[in-house]
Amino acid sequence: MTTNPAGAAGAAPTATSPAPASLRDVVVVDAVRTPFGRAGGVYTRTRADDLIVRCLRELLRRNDALDPAAVEEVAVAATTQTGDQGLTLGRTAALLAGLPRSVPGYAIDRMCAGAMTAVTTTAASIATGSIDVALAGGVEHMGHHPMGDGVDPNPRFVAEKLVDPSALVMGRTAESLHDQLPAVTKERADAFALASQRRYAAALADGVFEPQLVPMAARAEDGGWTLVTADEQPRPDTSMQALAGLRTPFRPHGRVTAGNSAGLNDGATAALLMSSATAQRLGLAPRLQMVSYAFAGVDPETMGMGPIPATEKALAKAGLGIDDIGLIEINEAFAVQVLAFTDAFGLADDDERVNPYGGAIAIGHPLAASGIRLMAQLAYAFEQRPQVRYGLTTMCVGLGMGGSIVWANPHYQGGAA
Amino acid sequence: MNDSEQTATAAQLPAGMPPEVVTHALAHDVTLPHGAGTMVLITLDNGADHHRPNSFGQTGLTELDAAVAAALGRDDVAAVGVTGKPYSFCAGADVTAMPYLTDRDQALAIARLGHRVYSRISTADKPVFAFVNALALGGGLELALHCHYRTVATDAPAVGLPEVSLGLVPGWGGTYLLPNLIGVERALTVMLANPLQNNRLLKGPQVLELGIADAAFEPGDFLERSLEWAARVVSGAVTVERAPVDRGPVTWGGVVGGARALLAARTHGACVAGERLLDLVESARTADPVTAYAGEDDALADLLMSPQFRAGIYAFDLVQRRAKRPAGVPAADPRPVGKVGVVGGGLMGRQLALLFARRLEVPVTVVDVDEAKVAEALAGIEADVRRTVERKRMQPATAQRLAASISGTTQLTGLADADLVIEAVVERPEVKASVFADLERHVRPECLLVTNTSALSVTEMGASLEHPERVVGLHFFNPVAVLPLVEVVRTERTDEETLATAFAVAKALRKSAVLVHDAPGFVVNRILTRLMGAVLAPIDDGVDVSVADSALADLGLPMSPLELVELVGPGVALHVAETLHEHWPDRFGVSRLLSAMVEHGVGGVWEQRDRNDPRAALAPPRLREDVQPLLTEIARTASADAPSAADIRAQALDAVTDEIGRLLDERVVEDVRDIDLCLILGAGWPFWLGGITPYLDRSGTSERVRGHRFLPPGAASLPR
Repeated sequence: MTTNPAGAAGAAPTATSPAPASLRDVVVVDAVRTPFGRAGGVYTRTRADDLIVRCLRELLRRNDALDPAAVEEVAVAATTQTGDQGLTLGRTAALLAGLPRSVPGYAIDRMCAGAMTAVTTTAASIATGSIDVALAGGVEHMGHHPMGDGVDPNPRFVAEKLVDPSALVMGRTAESLHDQLPAVTKERADAFALASQRRYAAALADGVFEPQLVPMAARAEDGGWTLVTADEQPRPDTSMQALAGLRTPFRPHGRVTAGNSAGLNDGATAALLMSSATAQRLGLAPRLQMVSYAFAGVDPETMGMGPIPATEKALAKAGLGIDDIGLIEINEAFAVQVLAFTDAFGLADDDERVNPYGGAIAIGHPLAASGIRLMAQLAYAFEQRPQVRYGLTTMCVGLGMGGSIVWANPHYQGGAA
Repeated sequence: MNDSEQTATAAQLPAGMPPEVVTHALAHDVTLPHGAGTMVLITLDNGADHHRPNSFGQTGLTELDAAVAAALGRDDVAAVGVTGKPYSFCAGADVTAMPYLTDRDQALAIARLGHRVYSRISTADKPVFAFVNALALGGGLELALHCHYRTVATDAPAVGLPEVSLGLVPGWGGTYLLPNLIGVERALTVMLANPLQNNRLLKGPQVLELGIADAAFEPGDFLERSLEWAARVVSGAVTVERAPVDRGPVTWGGVVGGARALLAARTHGACVAGERLLDLVESARTADPVTAYAGEDDALADLLMSPQFRAGIYAFDLVQRRAKRPAGVPAADPRPVGKVGVVGGGLMGRQLALLFARRLEVPVTVVDVDEAKVAEALAGIEADVRRTVERKRMQPATAQRLAASISGTTQLTGLADADLVIEAVVERPEVKASVFADLERHVRPECLLVTNTSALSVTEMGASLEHPERVVGLHFFNPVAVLPLVEVVRTERTDEETLATAFAVAKALRKSAVLVHDAPGFVVNRILTRLMGAVLAPIDDGVDVSVADSALADLGLPMSPLELVELVGPGVALHVAETLHEHWPDRFGVSRLLSAMVEHGVGGVWEQRDRNDPRAALAPPRLREDVQPLLTEIARTASADAPSAADIRAQALDAVTDEIGRLLDERVVEDVRDIDLCLILGAGWPFWLGGITPYLDRSGTSERVRGHRFLPPGAASLPR
């Protein structure tokens, strides 16, 4: 550890006690997502709630050993909770998905970490024995709900200088991160972005995404039905040269471009969580086993730092160090924010453990949906790498937060960490 | 069809035809799951919202053909799919354009165009799938039948082949494909029995059960699941198995023969389309498609140019449009109705209380003379609600709401805050007038006073009231929950607000309202009673009961005059007849047989028989044992010049024509179309008669009796 990034927020990570032994193990038995579209693209005429309902129904269909009436909570996240993302999404999505009326649900918002929070919140309920089975999900239709639409920030933020106005514009926080970390150059950011595209293209060709993608019927511009089977955003043919030529919309001669950030997307994700004992009883194979999680706050002006203290805290709770982690799925809101993380933990820019199948720069980042995409990819990676014991999903969050979950690999067969 | 590269082109359009609302065929490539290749998915979409379902005219069909041809011509396409815009697959051919066809060649061209387009699909060398996402009727369902495989959404609300009800046949392949897909018996249920039974349609699960669809999926992910299923069919992972069809000549002939007998027993040749359908279905057992479709073309061309179809399309328009936007609704704002009173807790009062509470969602108070009667009424309502819930026609929550909102009392003071009170007391004018007079002392001056009388003068009931302007009639038909008609009866003194409120209430009750000016018997009962009189009088004069009662059989009315007496009850029939006789003794008699039936408590004339058993239906009707003494008692003496069945028929039709003419002359209704609408919705008179006036015009009766037609040529008939 060469830096103490959380220190910038004025608070060192507190020494945390290990989780009490009496808690129950929580596993993810399945995680799916719709293909991600570009805002203004394939899902323009598709409702956000229809996207999440499609994921929930697919989970129930695939895991038909589970009686839908046994689902005890449906937590669905969205950042903008109005219109087709309003009306307490977890409850409405449950009703629309055909779950019994006895199944309750609620809506969650932690901006980009919405789905991740849906998972940690329901997992905590399972761990404490409040419930046995939950559906967690996230959706963001950024075409219908552009970032910042309808927000009304309290004037005190500015008047009392609580937060710099730039903190509300994510691209500007990324530029600020570059300022703070001069070692992370635009060239490194572009190179990382290019690698993300390449890794994604290779993974796509290998069929990595097939098990987690749920084809989505959507109406095209002319009204005709289509079937969306692939992510809309990837640019496999891009190059360093092409990336270098992109404009920097957040600052003249800046470093953050559409090419080294995640883009504006529409999509939904969902996961099926249950206690380990329930999974065993139903004969459903666990794909991820939760070890610990943590959220942490950082300076809102450089929110991209968030994953660093969050990960430190989650590792501390797990009693693990970064060297114990064999796979890391980190959300690529911006390349600079990933590089801040890898630099902080002493990892190489092209470390094979980090985002082996590419990330949000290629796939897209429908805000509140992304947390579970990370888990779906980690689950696949775990299956492919039984020698890996622990993995991490982590992401930065607007207004200066980070979230991290440490996972154990149920396929672990010993060997290297 | 030998040149598959040549797509269909539109034929010459008849003059005056309204512009087609084109249902476009929007084609998109989709990647099927499981590596099954590319499907061209065609979405039918007319660009309108769900209020206007997709339908096919010549341009739409031509577009579909071009899209299908383009897809089939591509080497990189593994399969073709057809589905609809949300809430609509396709409602079939645009029937509103059909009356503009002026000669048989135009009709034939339309029939052939459908076959050309659809045959490209059925003969395609790639698998073609129909994903029936919603409503699919007539030519819409036939499109799906031409596809090689079908899925249906479990929430599809209306699927069927209702052509016969309009006077057509499912002539774009339905008569051939359906019996060969699901067997002749089931096919005739869909194509003949259902259309003749209030145009009953199928819901998604039934479409699967009958074998019309190969798979059904829930609406939440219908298209995705359908495409996934189609992919497995294309890849061979799923083999579609269908129940074998019994094509034995004995089975097939027996079923068609039985249907023919039932149709004859019910409609006596009036349902021309049904008979053409049976001819086509009979030959569908052995015919090759080319022959079968040529037969359909001919049948469609003949029927499109038939008077029955022209009357049918007129009736369809009345029911679809005029019934939903009644003529004569005043511009005044209706008053809000927040509480309803029902005076009289008999059978009618209970039905009304339930209907008002269920549809208006307001408190309803039932008033009757003593506690026992009130309790009986409330218990009856509760039992009715319970049965409805048991039949799954009502949510338990609705039943609870109804139980909480319907109360009973013996005191009219309980109606002090009512906005509308309807009386359903005994049909005696002085009783009704006194109920209204009592009510007026308790209710607010603007509270509507409504009568459900079936024949009495509404004007008289309100004559001595302080505020007669709030009196109006709402004449419902029994059973109230089933029959869609309500006659809204205005008197000379009924004010605009009252009338507007009555119409608004009728609409909220989901009834079709027709404005009637107060006159004895209003419209439906007056015409039916005049008709009944023309049949009953000869019986009193000694004519054989069955000869008289079947004299009008060839019209195909839903029941004979004496069957109608049994349905409404001899007491009601007699009351109406007596009321009308009092006003117009020269036109309305009082049947001695009917009086005797009431006196002796005889409910009907004919022995019950199973209307679904062809042999029973065809057998001559048998008089009930207790009827013969009545016939003796009324001292019938067969006179030498007793009228024949043909005489009775002619007299009855002349009488109906005369009475309709008087209804118009007296301006009881403003428009003859309202009379036909009343007869269709209130008496169930068939589409092939167009109610009745199109038939009276085409049979020459109206010109003979009245000197002129009721409707201009072409309005409900072929152009001159």
